Amino acid sequence: MSEVPVPHEAPPPASLLRQAFANRSFLTGFVITALIAAMALASFVWTPFDITHLIVADRMKAPSWQHPFGTDHFGRDILSMIMIGSRNSIAVAVVAVGIGMAVGVPLGCWAAARGGWVDEALMRFNDVVFAFPALLSAVMITAIFGPGAVNAIVAIGIFNVPVFARVARAGALSLWPREYVLAARAAGKGKVLITLEHILPNIASMLLVQGTIQFALGILAEAGLSYLGLGAQPPMPSWGRMLFDAQTRMMVAPYQAIFPGLAIVVTVLGLNLLGDGLRDVLDPRLRRER
Amino acid sequence: MSLLEIEKLTVSIGRTPILKGVDLSIEEGEVLGLVGESGSGKSMTALTVMRLLPHAMRAAGRVTFDGIDILAAPEAAMNRLRGDDIGMVFQEPMTALNPVKTIGEQVAEGIRWHTGASRAEAEETARKILDRVGLPAQKFPLSRFPHELSGGQRQRVVIAIACALKPKLLIADEPTTALDVVLQAQILDLLRDLVDERRMGLLLISHDLAVVADMADRITVMRHGEVMETGETGRTLTEQAHPYTRQLARASTHVPARAGPPAPETGKTPLLEVASVVKDYAGRRASLFARPAPFRAVDDVSFALGEGQSVALVGRSGCGKSTLARMILALDRPTGGAIRLDGIEVNALAEAALKPSRRKMQVVFQDPYGSFDPRHKVERLVAEPLHLMEKQPSAAERRDMVAAALAEVGLAPKDMDKYPHEFSGGQRQRISIARAIITRPKLVVADEPVSALDVSIRAQILDLFADLNGRLGVAYLFITHDLTVARAITDQVMVMHDGRIVERGRTAEVLDNPQSDAAKALVEAAPDLSRALARRLAGRE
Amino acid sequence: MIAFLAKRIGIGAITLIVASIVVFAVLEILPGDPALLMLGMNATPEALAAMREQMGLNEPVPVRYLGWIAGLLAGDFGRSFTYSSPVIDLILERVVVSLPLALIALTLSTAIAIPVGIFSAARRGRAGDTVSMGVAQLGVAVPNFWFALLLVYVFAVWLRLLPAGGFPGWGAGVWPGLKALILPAVALALPQAAILARVTRSAMLEVLGEDYIRTARAKGMPRRYVLWRHALRNAMIPVLTIMGLQFSFLLAGTIIIENVFYLPGLGRLVFQAITQRDLIVVEGVVMLLVASVVVVNLIVDILYAVVDPRLRIRA
Repeated sequence: MSEVPVPHEAPPPASLLRQAFANRSFLTGFVITALIAAMALASFVWTPFDITHLIVADRMKAPSWQHPFGTDHFGRDILSMIMIGSRNSIAVAVVAVGIGMAVGVPLGCWAAARGGWVDEALMRFNDVVFAFPALLSAVMITAIFGPGAVNAIVAIGIFNVPVFARVARAGALSLWPREYVLAARAAGKGKVLITLEHILPNIASMLLVQGTIQFALGILAEAGLSYLGLGAQPPMPSWGRMLFDAQTRMMVAPYQAIFPGLAIVVTVLGLNLLGDGLRDVLDPRLRRER
Repeated sequence: MSLLEIEKLTVSIGRTPILKGVDLSIEEGEVLGLVGESGSGKSMTALTVMRLLPHAMRAAGRVTFDGIDILAAPEAAMNRLRGDDIGMVFQEPMTALNPVKTIGEQVAEGIRWHTGASRAEAEETARKILDRVGLPAQKFPLSRFPHELSGGQRQRVVIAIACALKPKLLIADEPTTALDVVLQAQILDLLRDLVDERRMGLLLISHDLAVVADMADRITVMRHGEVMETGETGRTLTEQAHPYTRQLARASTHVPARAGPPAPETGKTPLLEVASVVKDYAGRRASLFARPAPFRAVDDVSFALGEGQSVALVGRSGCGKSTLARMILALDRPTGGAIRLDGIEVNALAEAALKPSRRKMQVVFQDPYGSFDPRHKVERLVAEPLHLMEKQPSAAERRDMVAAALAEVGLAPKDMDKYPHEFSGGQRQRISIARAIITRPKLVVADEPVSALDVSIRAQILDLFADLNGRLGVAYLFITHDLTVARAITDQVMVMHDGRIVERGRTAEVLDNPQSDAAKALVEAAPDLSRALARRLAGRE
Repeated sequence: MIAFLAKRIGIGAITLIVASIVVFAVLEILPGDPALLMLGMNATPEALAAMREQMGLNEPVPVRYLGWIAGLLAGDFGRSFTYSSPVIDLILERVVVSLPLALIALTLSTAIAIPVGIFSAARRGRAGDTVSMGVAQLGVAVPNFWFALLLVYVFAVWLRLLPAGGFPGWGAGVWPGLKALILPAVALALPQAAILARVTRSAMLEVLGEDYIRTARAKGMPRRYVLWRHALRNAMIPVLTIMGLQFSFLLAGTIIIENVFYLPGLGRLVFQAITQRDLIVVEGVVMLLVASVVVVNLIVDILYAVVDPRLRIRA
């Protein structure tokens, strides 16, 4: 009845890896994610073209063997720009998820362990954050503090905090009445120790799944902000910005909009598949035959 | 021809067989008890008759009901059969009803579907059957929702649904296992009356020989997907011709050998002293402005427990016994009164100051599956209470202590490197006991420690408890609703009812000659194999 | 039921109050001198002084805050300095674009997603399920503004069926107005529908595994009847939750989508106001959007109680 998944008995880690790679979603997602990550890493040492050199003769070239994804209005190679842009997308999303987890998980665990007013306060805090349409506040924050990748990270990260707090709290709340937690209390262990030894390891898989979802949402949000001109600033390429630039040339050069968009779709798709696969493997309840 | 005939029924998931050639039959108006331990295939047999097996399972063989070949019948024909000629009652009443529909809708729905009756007619029939199962109109109008009913009442609704159209066969799959003994007796009475009144066939599935002995004309004993023995109940259970039947019967009446109770100590402080303990919970708000009346779960309870004593705290579900246990274990604070362990008032101590007291008392829970963190190995699980030691043992000492504790409960030292899911329910309960005794506590509080176990395993665990009591001198407080457990393992018994202790005394005396109404109800309702057989044999002469 | 409602309304009110403090703090206190922020570094001291006077910046903070709130409650959202007109007029002018857009998108996504989710759950593992969930998986990954660009390319540039952007105003007639909203609404609805379909499917599957479904089947009710009459209503509970959250996403989506299609709606208004640092407009529109999210969540809470009788007594 709740939208937040409940933790469950999980097999020990050894057999999990084998199971994971036998799962089609996980495998596909893992391969896509690994390729995107490899592409981002490769861009530090090599790209097909140097995008800091603007070659006017090469402007607006349609896809060809030389430029598989074509060139933009400055004559920059779009494949190279997508490769470099991936760094930005991934970095923003990773750090935003990191912020969300680092703040949200302790908050959620604290609220579940402490109960009472702390819990109530956290819930109300969540209500307030959720009342702001996420992108709107990100726009507000970046507009006040100036556009740029760092402010985009903060703006997206803030909205991950209540998400992780909520998942951690719901998971922890369902574990506290378990008999093994009671046994740990009877063994004299305090709330902090129990949270570290029993609660966190048992909600880790839920957090991991949520992490991949938020990662994917972070990529989308970063693209949206960059599209509005509030993300990474030129000349640093970003996927959202490339789409904005392509929009006015949609009639003559649709490929300029196709490829950066596909890059976003493939990345988000890969992450979502990875998350689905993880959930399948880590939550045996959903695989139960009905 | 029989009403239901099952011949050479096999069911499998992929290549794993679940049922291996099951034969059984039920005549009209007959009660067949289907007995077996968990995993014996009882429920799968019942679901095959309903054709409600999980998707991946394949059934083969022959199932004939009233001349209809069930395994070959089209789905539409099965829909006509289910709920009309065959009704079914399930084990878990708390989840068996749709939470968003009224009980009236849920009973009337099947009536309308099968008979084509109008809404009003169907509701009238539903009303009658609800009255019949003991849910009268003034207290249980059709507009009630399941969450407004208790477990026993919900099970009555499920029975009403199953019997609304006077089926020829009723299948009841562990219909009372989730209920306490008093409710169990009531529900069984109801089922018996309905069967007599309507000449229904009843397939009663149970793990409890005593229940079946009381109810069934014939019994079929199953194990590992095969039928071990079938026969007339009285004869089968008295003669115990089949070795497995004998094993089951012995296990269900098993009483562990115990040394006599320790000599009553005089003048010594008792190990545990509970003095006028009260626990209130915030009640439900009746209106926005009225202050909610608190709910008193434990009401002025006092008792003392000496070293090495074994005491049972018995009562129906919801009587407050588990709340009391939690307070004794200092997992919950009482609203009033005092709890003293070895003369120290534990309820007044802060968590840090509790450590020495916690060392002296440990706990064993009911559920052998929920008692362990699935991510930890046995070594870490059993060693957990060592956290309470003054001086933390070294890794090697720790392993030695865990090995010793495992040896005490009959497990091998090498078991400490496994995960809990690698063990069976009985073995897990042994691990749970090993964890409880590793600090050499003086008191172990056991909350329904054997009620989730199969009878043969239960007998072994009871033996283990008796053995540890004798060898280590551990005192026990057994929380249970099962009088056979109390009788088997305790010297003293306290009967709890509505938060109060209403009767106490030597176990045998209280159970043989109860004085209070609550104790009488418990004793009367408790299924007892030998009494049931005696009744059955007497009835035949 | 009344206690439940009272509690939800109370929580909504607290949320609004805290949100208003946050908005006020972010826009009027964090920047230091809002007048300077609005007018920029090159503003003359006189202009700054005039602006401070107009915004009441010389008053102490609590007075300013309370004054602002009192104004909001009375329908006075202040004056925009870029448009030199009352903010409330700007809002009213834009709402007639954004509200229909959001409603069409919401209807579209619900009308597609819930039947698809139910269909998929009923045919779990079969071809229809695999295909529709594959499409949904893809739909979740598509950024709405990119999808909007593709729609423009196909339906406006290539097929020339629908306008590529702009809004003729309702004065030009209902059909031209609707025509201008079709592509934006589809672009907004698709990713939402994809998420909702997935949630509906998994909620249905979860419910179909419950004991009471087996009870209903044991009563002889056919599979289809059980699906519609027993499973669906229980599955609506998580679906409603997601729909509530999606409303907020939808509002956020309008900021981008109205920019893609050059629609004169609230999203575009607030975005332009932010880039032009017209803080009064930003404050007003943000509070309006937050209030609408709170109200929608309140409606979702009430719907919970309608669907689930257990909530009617639990406060």
